[in-house]
Amino acid sequence: MREIVMQMDNVTMQFGGVVAVDSLSLDIYKDEIVALIGPNGAGKTTAFNVATGVYAPTNGRVLLRGKIIAQGHPTGKMRSMYAGTHIGEYGKLISHTPDKICKMGMARTFQNIRLFKNMTVLENVLVARHMRLNAGFFQSALNLNLHEERRLRRECSDLLDMLGLSDLMYENAASLPYGKQRYLEIARALATDPRLLLLDEPAAGMNPQETDELSDFIRKIKEDFKLTVFLIEHHMNLVMDISDRIYVLDFGKLIAEGTPEEIQKNPAVIAAYLGVEEE
Amino acid sequence: MMRNMQSGTYAQPQEKTVKLSTVISAFIILAVYAAVFVAEQTLPSTSILFTVLKKGATYALVAVSMNLLNGFTGLFSLGQAGFMLIGAYAYGILTIPVEQRANVYQYYNGGIVQFALPVVPALIIAGLVAAAFAFLIGLPVLRLKSDYLAIATLGFAEIIRTIFQWDKLGVLTNGSNLLREYPTFSDFNIRGADGEVTLYLSTLVPFIIAGVCIALIVLLLRSSYGRAFMAIRDDEIAAEAMGINLAKHKQIAFCTSSFFAGIGGAMLAMYQNTVQAKAFTSAMTYEILLIVVIGGIGSVTGSCIGSFLFVACSEWWLRFLDQKQMIGNFEVPLLRNGFRLVVFSIIIMIVVLFFRQGIMGTKELPDLFKPKKGGGKKAAKRSVKEKAEAAKEAVKADNPDAAEAIEEAAQDAAQAMTDGIANVCDAVQAAAQEAAEQAPTTLQEKAEAVKEELKAELAGDIPAAAEADAEEGGEA
Repeated sequence: MREIVMQMDNVTMQFGGVVAVDSLSLDIYKDEIVALIGPNGAGKTTAFNVATGVYAPTNGRVLLRGKIIAQGHPTGKMRSMYAGTHIGEYGKLISHTPDKICKMGMARTFQNIRLFKNMTVLENVLVARHMRLNAGFFQSALNLNLHEERRLRRECSDLLDMLGLSDLMYENAASLPYGKQRYLEIARALATDPRLLLLDEPAAGMNPQETDELSDFIRKIKEDFKLTVFLIEHHMNLVMDISDRIYVLDFGKLIAEGTPEEIQKNPAVIAAYLGVEEE
Repeated sequence: MMRNMQSGTYAQPQEKTVKLSTVISAFIILAVYAAVFVAEQTLPSTSILFTVLKKGATYALVAVSMNLLNGFTGLFSLGQAGFMLIGAYAYGILTIPVEQRANVYQYYNGGIVQFALPVVPALIIAGLVAAAFAFLIGLPVLRLKSDYLAIATLGFAEIIRTIFQWDKLGVLTNGSNLLREYPTFSDFNIRGADGEVTLYLSTLVPFIIAGVCIALIVLLLRSSYGRAFMAIRDDEIAAEAMGINLAKHKQIAFCTSSFFAGIGGAMLAMYQNTVQAKAFTSAMTYEILLIVVIGGIGSVTGSCIGSFLFVACSEWWLRFLDQKQMIGNFEVPLLRNGFRLVVFSIIIMIVVLFFRQGIMGTKELPDLFKPKKGGGKKAAKRSVKEKAEAAKEAVKADNPDAAEAIEEAAQDAAQAMTDGIANVCDAVQAAAQEAAEQAPTTLQEKAEAVKEELKAELAGDIPAAAEADAEEGGEA
């Protein structure tokens, strides 16, 4: 039995009257590349946000390597408004802030790049290492941990070297070309030493050649850093090229699941993307 | 080996050799301290210069502490005056000599505190008390976003100001009466046996206190926590996603800033010789905010420079505008009491209009002495010469005459650059054409290739050089 890295059990996310994600269940196994696709507004980024702790699920639970990291059931006003399924199955309310979940080994990138614009490339990556600082506040604040600082800088510049960004190490992050910014975003997520990497539309705004390079890049970092990758993407060639399995979301509901070949032939998926002929 | 690139101020590459810009900055800072010391021994002690220096040093510390919170962590807080008040009172309460307490606390039977601490421990405790208040206030308030945080902190500052005047707490705070008789800056002057001052230290001491505190803040900003603060300022959500606990780090920033604001308040008490809660209004916070904005949000050097300029303008340089001036028998209009403030406001408006990012922007002192980024006319000229050299070498093997022609062409191009950028491309084209004509037909293509290369190189470099120049001009 393969080791399961992340599991979502009947996760439902409801905002007021709108059900953004409806009873989503998915499993991600170790060393896999899993893709989550679907038309715009299907609820993919919301699913990511629930997994990483930005939202607490209205119902259902999320497990990371067997440990429950988020669990919810409808409370208060939501109890009367709840429009989903699996009511009463989930007990204690559990939620963590995104920084806790990052410390547990799940890192993410953002759909619209969220780099630290006033800091240099190296600083952006160093920030990701802050949570693993061994020194206490006063030691660090008085710059007494020079040894550790040097080690951090070496690790970060090695990482940037591996990803081809070392020429730009001292450039301001905002002045990088768009493609490099996307790579920096991924580099920053990698600097947190994750086991599961969530990529939210990594190929957005890239031309076909850049998308190909990204495809090789994702495979390479998966090998080098021993990662499991979970990505949202719209570029179908990228998705079909690198994914081991694909989940398809439409209007918050899971409509299909399988290997790339199976998904390409699935009528429900075709209907969701291309529509059905009127009878 | 110095990298010829503009590094982030707080992400210096850790090199074994100390940078020249750092050495120059350190030298300047030491020179300032030396100048202050010497000035104090030579100039009369009642000179207004020392008033400006003492108050400037105090405000510099408070401005840097506010910059830490607003400019580096992005928390728009307007509670600085409140924490200054706490620090000032904590210092005063703890250091009034025991024999004076009955006199000061006349209406409260000598007050509750019946001991006196020396100055340095009292300063530190003043900071700690302010930080403790900040911690408590921060618990509910730091969840709020920008404008609401400003309003909440402003509110708390006013609440603190009122509570400190409360009669019931008078045994501790002396109610709405002044706190006085505590050690001030003048007490640091070393006196001889006859009571006459032998060594003036009353201005150097605030400089030392402020200097040490600002140095600590700079160390904090260079550390991993400093980077975490800047990350929170730039993008809170991304910072959280990268493992930074927002609540904890915001509290740390808030408490550290308030610690130093408390020490700044204590320094203000020492400067003024008396403290009264009534005086720590929100107007004081706005003065500090003004200094931070004018100096540059995100620049410690800017806050320091801005503070001295602000105090100098408000206390010293514009004083003459308040007095009636006569030219012969003619009284100059407008110059009367209060005009100084009008001019002061106009100056501030001019500074804000022309220095949008503040006087220093986000630069620090060492950045003023760093070598400029590679670019500009000189570099482009150099690279054109190099390319021409390379082309010349390539052709030389085949035909020495063509090589000579191309060398001439390159020299003409370089000359044209000195004359005017607009003519360069034409000059290169003409020169390369000449070279191509002189060369035998078999080499025509090679010359064409060289011409194209030179043209492309210049076409790329000239705009880049012009851009770099424009950038330099805009920055100055």
